[in-house]
Amino acid sequence: MDLLRFITAGSVDDGKSTLIGRLLYDSKSILADQMEAIERASKSRDDGEIDLALLTDGLRSEREQGITIDVAYRYFQTTKRKFIIVDAPGHIQYTRNMVTGASNCQLAVVLVDARHGVVEQTRRHSLIASMLGIPHLVVAINKMDLVDYSQDVFSNICIHYNELAQKLDVGEVTYIPLSALNGDNVVEKSANMPWYEGEPLLSYLETVELDHDENLTDARFPVQYVIRPQTAELHDYRGYAGKITSGIFRKGDSVTVLPTGETSTIDAIEMAETHFDEAFAPMSVVLHLADDVDVSRGNLIVKSESLPIVSQNVEAMLCWMDSKPLKAGNKYTLQHGTFRTRCAVRDIVYQLNVNTYEEKEDVESLKLNDIARIVLKTAKPVSFDPYDKNRVNGGAILIDETSNVTVGALMLQKEAV
Amino acid sequence: MSTYKLDYLDQLESEAIHIMREVAGQFERPALLFSGGKDSITLVHLALKAFRPGKFPFPLVHIDTGHNFQEALDFRDWLAESLGEKLIVRYVEDTIREKKLKEPTGRNASRNALQTFTLLDTIEEFEFDACIGGARRDEEKARAKERVFSVRDEFGSWDPKLQRPELWNIYNGKIHKGENVRVFPISNWTELDVWNYIKRENIALPSIYFAHERELILRDGKLLATAKGVIQTEETDQLVTRKVRFRTVGDISCTAAVESDADTLEAAIAEIQATRISERGETRIDDQVSEAAMEDRKKGGYF
Repeated sequence: MDLLRFITAGSVDDGKSTLIGRLLYDSKSILADQMEAIERASKSRDDGEIDLALLTDGLRSEREQGITIDVAYRYFQTTKRKFIIVDAPGHIQYTRNMVTGASNCQLAVVLVDARHGVVEQTRRHSLIASMLGIPHLVVAINKMDLVDYSQDVFSNICIHYNELAQKLDVGEVTYIPLSALNGDNVVEKSANMPWYEGEPLLSYLETVELDHDENLTDARFPVQYVIRPQTAELHDYRGYAGKITSGIFRKGDSVTVLPTGETSTIDAIEMAETHFDEAFAPMSVVLHLADDVDVSRGNLIVKSESLPIVSQNVEAMLCWMDSKPLKAGNKYTLQHGTFRTRCAVRDIVYQLNVNTYEEKEDVESLKLNDIARIVLKTAKPVSFDPYDKNRVNGGAILIDETSNVTVGALMLQKEAV
Repeated sequence: MSTYKLDYLDQLESEAIHIMREVAGQFERPALLFSGGKDSITLVHLALKAFRPGKFPFPLVHIDTGHNFQEALDFRDWLAESLGEKLIVRYVEDTIREKKLKEPTGRNASRNALQTFTLLDTIEEFEFDACIGGARRDEEKARAKERVFSVRDEFGSWDPKLQRPELWNIYNGKIHKGENVRVFPISNWTELDVWNYIKRENIALPSIYFAHERELILRDGKLLATAKGVIQTEETDQLVTRKVRFRTVGDISCTAAVESDADTLEAAIAEIQATRISERGETRIDDQVSEAAMEDRKKGGYF
């Protein structure tokens, strides 16, 4: 069985929590005692109806305000697939939380209220999904019950959204009309919308093709830790522990260690003393090299036939996540996989309006949740791939050097001139 | 391996190993919190995969409430001994004496809350900068929002509003002196995933996880183990003998047994798949006090 991580983007007003509650409830993933707790909590509210949204509100402040603040993770499975739902808040002040949640997902469900169609929030959520490189997108047009299950309303929204999608580099887009409240087209096909010929949401999630999402061409292995038992019988043992982030490594492959550029060949691939002839992403393994080269944590081992960019000048898209503003000239620690280096912001090229997609130049500083294209100068060279080619080896974070907090998400694009 | 596709258990395993190696790579003095329960036993197995043929880069640390199942303690000692890894045990009993703490009394009194004091003292004693734990996000609503690397201040407090963004597979373990990080490698596993993994990997477990005859206290429809000096009996308690197993192995005073005939791993898994009640709902008595019970405990430094 395989695993699908997907993010749901939307606000409480779009019925996002109700949709997740409905998926869990109709796929029988809610257990009896959890249901009783929801029933008890629903009774203390005014209307007394069972509120499926209560299933997903975790923290007390969220329950009090009736909103999602932080990313929550939900788990369910069917006979076909295991799912991790990344439940991210939708409001603009939580853009950083959505970016965080989206970074690991293979699919995004963007919720649209059938009564309102494509709105500012839809544009923002779609931009984030596209910028974070999510390969599959479901536009879930919810509350169809409130527009009399009208095919015209649905078709108009599809046309409108399609225009937006043209401007973005989004992956495969699928449109599904549904009512989370009543369960139309969530798990069961809706009898109220016979004109809809596609699948309900759950069957789509169960069958969407994921095989081509992993980059299997560019072999990348960030070294996390060096295993050296230094016992009498394993005196010369030296294994490089890490997780293959993309591609396939085979015994005998010629490899390059970056950023030093030293070369060697793969002598052995093992895991807990079991040996393999080949290993692929996302396996965690131990690599052994034939030559005595200098390798430590922070180095990237790659197959010599496809080298990444190695540079100290990097152009990147940035989501700023701190309340202290970012200004040109500021210094941070950059973490790329297991590699850390100091860096300085050389330039803010433009700020991207997340709602209109307009690019604004001559920007002095960036505020919390702003998205921009920037140029960084690093103290040591970074060995990266363009984000759209390789999400893991193209992603990096910025760390504040005094607070130690993660303050920025970087989608590395190219070497800056 | 011709299709280059990993099964979900392999994906979860690889993610957990990666997280453990990040701990080894980023911290000076990490520890693995070990209770003798199935989740921490799974962590030890993952550590073997992450670091063998080398030694673990951390000791196993057990905070002993004095309310443990003997079977779990015996298993703990056997496991550390047979792997040749270091085990550190600190006792809640000692903290109570030294700090003159007041033990909770009355119905369903447990040492779950006091455990936090001993844990924080132990962290200070050994200057641990990272503690690996077996918590899972599917256990409880507040856990569902916690990061894999959960930064705690000097008082061990968790502030849900100040969590660090966690992107891709990049973990930021940079901290100030006095702070520490709680790390949860099996965050994304469900109870069923843990059981399926234990079965696939043939991991040994303490015997109380499997059905056995036992003398128990029947109280409010829940079956509690008998334990002298730990559980005060009440007038309405009934002493019964039943065939049971334990779904979790926590503090003996707040861990209920379930009636079961499942005496093998296969049978236990089948039972869990069929159950309609969550792990905590069925067996943990202390989480039911208020809806935000776990959130409050975590803010106070609990795991």
